[in-house]
Amino acid sequence: MNFDLSSLPTTFDMLHLILAALSLILSALFLTKSKNGPETTKAQNLQSPVSEPTPDSVSTLAPEPKSAELKPEPEPTPALLKTASPDAALQLLTLLQQDARFIDFINEDLSSFSDSDIGAAARVVHEGSKKTLNTYFTLEALRNEDEETRITLAEDFNASEVRLTGNVVGEAPFTGTLIHKGWKVSEIKLPKIAAGHDVSILAPAEVEL
Amino acid sequence: MSEMHQTGESAARYSIGIDLGTTHCVLSYLDLSAITEDSPAEVEVLAIPQLSQPGLVEEQPQLPSFMYQPHEAELQPSDIALPWNANQKVIAGTIARYLGSKTPIRLVASAKSWLCHSGVDRREAFLPAGSPDEVKKISPLDATVEYLEHLQQAWDYKFPDTPLCEQQVTITIPASFDPAARELTAEAASVIDFQHLTLLEEPQAAVYNWIKACGDKWRDHVTLGDIILVVDIGGGTTDLSLIAVTEDQGNLTLNRVAVGDHILLGGDNMDLALAYRLKAKLAAEGKELQPWQIQAIVHACRDAKEQLLLENDIDEVAISIPSRGSKLLGNTLRTTLSRDEVQQTLVEGFFPKVSIDEHPLAARRSALSQKGLPFAQDPAVSRHLAAFLSKQVAAADDVLGANDVQGTDASNFIKPSAILFNGGVLKSPVLAERTLAIINQWLSQAAAEPARLLSDSDLDLGVSIGASYYGYVKQGQGVRIRGGLASAYYVGIESAMPAIPGMEAPLEALCVAPFGMEEGSETKASEAEFGLVVGEPVFFRFFGSNVRRHDEAGMQLDYWQEGELEELPEIQATLPAEGRRAGEVVPVRLAAKVSEVGTLQLEAIAVSSATGNDKPERWHIEFDVRD
Repeated sequence: MNFDLSSLPTTFDMLHLILAALSLILSALFLTKSKNGPETTKAQNLQSPVSEPTPDSVSTLAPEPKSAELKPEPEPTPALLKTASPDAALQLLTLLQQDARFIDFINEDLSSFSDSDIGAAARVVHEGSKKTLNTYFTLEALRNEDEETRITLAEDFNASEVRLTGNVVGEAPFTGTLIHKGWKVSEIKLPKIAAGHDVSILAPAEVEL
Repeated sequence: MSEMHQTGESAARYSIGIDLGTTHCVLSYLDLSAITEDSPAEVEVLAIPQLSQPGLVEEQPQLPSFMYQPHEAELQPSDIALPWNANQKVIAGTIARYLGSKTPIRLVASAKSWLCHSGVDRREAFLPAGSPDEVKKISPLDATVEYLEHLQQAWDYKFPDTPLCEQQVTITIPASFDPAARELTAEAASVIDFQHLTLLEEPQAAVYNWIKACGDKWRDHVTLGDIILVVDIGGGTTDLSLIAVTEDQGNLTLNRVAVGDHILLGGDNMDLALAYRLKAKLAAEGKELQPWQIQAIVHACRDAKEQLLLENDIDEVAISIPSRGSKLLGNTLRTTLSRDEVQQTLVEGFFPKVSIDEHPLAARRSALSQKGLPFAQDPAVSRHLAAFLSKQVAAADDVLGANDVQGTDASNFIKPSAILFNGGVLKSPVLAERTLAIINQWLSQAAAEPARLLSDSDLDLGVSIGASYYGYVKQGQGVRIRGGLASAYYVGIESAMPAIPGMEAPLEALCVAPFGMEEGSETKASEAEFGLVVGEPVFFRFFGSNVRRHDEAGMQLDYWQEGELEELPEIQATLPAEGRRAGEVVPVRLAAKVSEVGTLQLEAIAVSSATGNDKPERWHIEFDVRD
């Protein structure tokens, strides 16, 4: 397998950005689809290696729970779940399509095109995505230290801001290597949507007369 | 002393500054009731809700000065609703610019440039200019009203208890606006019914913004005898003013002593120049561009230029224009814009190093020749600057005392000692430094001290911020720039002498409004009498001069130097037939006054009253003559 190292950085940044945006959107869509509790309880079970695997949770990732009565755990407490608004997710897709041609790009089959063609399109997507992100979100890094340096986490560190990985043993304070500095949205300013506006139309078809 | 009691006219809570720009409008506000001795005036910029896309409402500090006249099949009513109106009819702001980029025939742009274009009837609905008959048309005046109404609705939506029309409002206009354009701006504002309205010249607003940013320290940055040159290069126009620093009872005072001609030349021309350069480059590679691609390149050049005009080590910026269809790959047009190209096109093209005696190449195009905007024929800002400084060589003599004129061309210009930049174009350090270098080269050739730069903040929003600060200054706080009329105005009189075949009757000019006439003042009626025919419009030839500073009202000139007087569009008086016989000739005298708003008004005053009352009748003379 050959990698063209010289061409990598441009697409690499862009890919990260797209992946980040995509994962955000997908997780929003995923949460949106969930209508009731058991499904997410199941998702939590999947994440937790401690819980006893049940045929249900192991065998399928399908979003529909087979039955609400099938309760592997003795006393599950129903989790409070918020339904993310699909409008916001659709709006973000609209903005990314409009400024960055995001949907167009992802729907292309890259295999038959040269790196230079992909690079040219990637610039459009990168510049546009960057503009969209900067316009509507204020992003900041969660950690200001350099990546790949040793940092120490105090006892009261916020577990949702910092994820511990690897040899996770012992008690805080923890000392480890900062792998990724993390991202946080400190301000969000999405456009308001007019009532009656069909948000599912991400980009209207265009007909020039 | 923490409470401030407002009295009389200024019962307004906010001082509002509105920058009604060629390409953007900005509204900023200052809460007069929040000012105490300890907390200085704070100005905020209103985030203006506007549609960015059909159905999407965004708040932005600038409202693009564009309107879009949609086809009835084009948009759903729900897609153009605004927070304050679910049944919005007018489409203005970002969405108008966006839709208009794809359908230019329905886009109303540059209404402000049309408003000061005397070659057209500015009340006639003809915008978008040159579009098919089916597209609904609007007049430059009405377009201006629409932008003001959008600002008003945005304000009233956010501050329902303090409606905009009750506040102290200052609207900025180019210093080079003639009396007709000023009056039209005031007329547009009158639709909003502002109770306390003032017009302020944009370069002056920029100075107020600078004073506000400096606070009390502004006096440390200038000294007695300084001449400040304000260079304001916006999206559509270049506006120049000179401000002299004098002393009055031990306090420094500012006097606006000269303003430049109206130059339709700005940042938009620069983006277009770059785009056409790239078009030529692509054509050389055998790629022909379609109109929409050129539009996209203009847009891309705007962003690319900003990077290449910073002092950094980026040598070129890639320009990618994606196809319009959903297939991106393989159809994306690629080119690059290099630092050298930007340097050649913008720096050398618009800011060439010229000597002080090189003035714009072509004279102004005759305003009546065609129905188009009278764009500057010469794109070189530096030549316009040289012409302005040369023409205004004596501008500060009255307030600062005469200079020793050495008589050589290289030194025969007014020498600014400080420079204040404003407008989006001069945000670029490369262009700002170039402009400063050119002026300083002229100064050093004339053996004068180099001018220093007065640093200003936020060149995009500065005019509006300065205008709202001015509303506060007007209440007697802080320094106020003295100005008055920046031109003297004359009415042409054909001199009574026997006609000579092949020669026009010599023209004399009667000064009706002197240079520097202050707001709220009026002149005495002229000695000269004119005969007006009752019931028929009578036209006068009308002239302005921004260099003749000593002509008093009533003075009659039979000789002036080439270029001293500039002919403006004719003005017109119509006497109503009421109480008089149609066809009767009524002798009148002319008088002028400058309103509190800041507009010039000319009146014809009957020499003897028809009804025998003591008070002679007065008739308004129109600047904006309708055909």
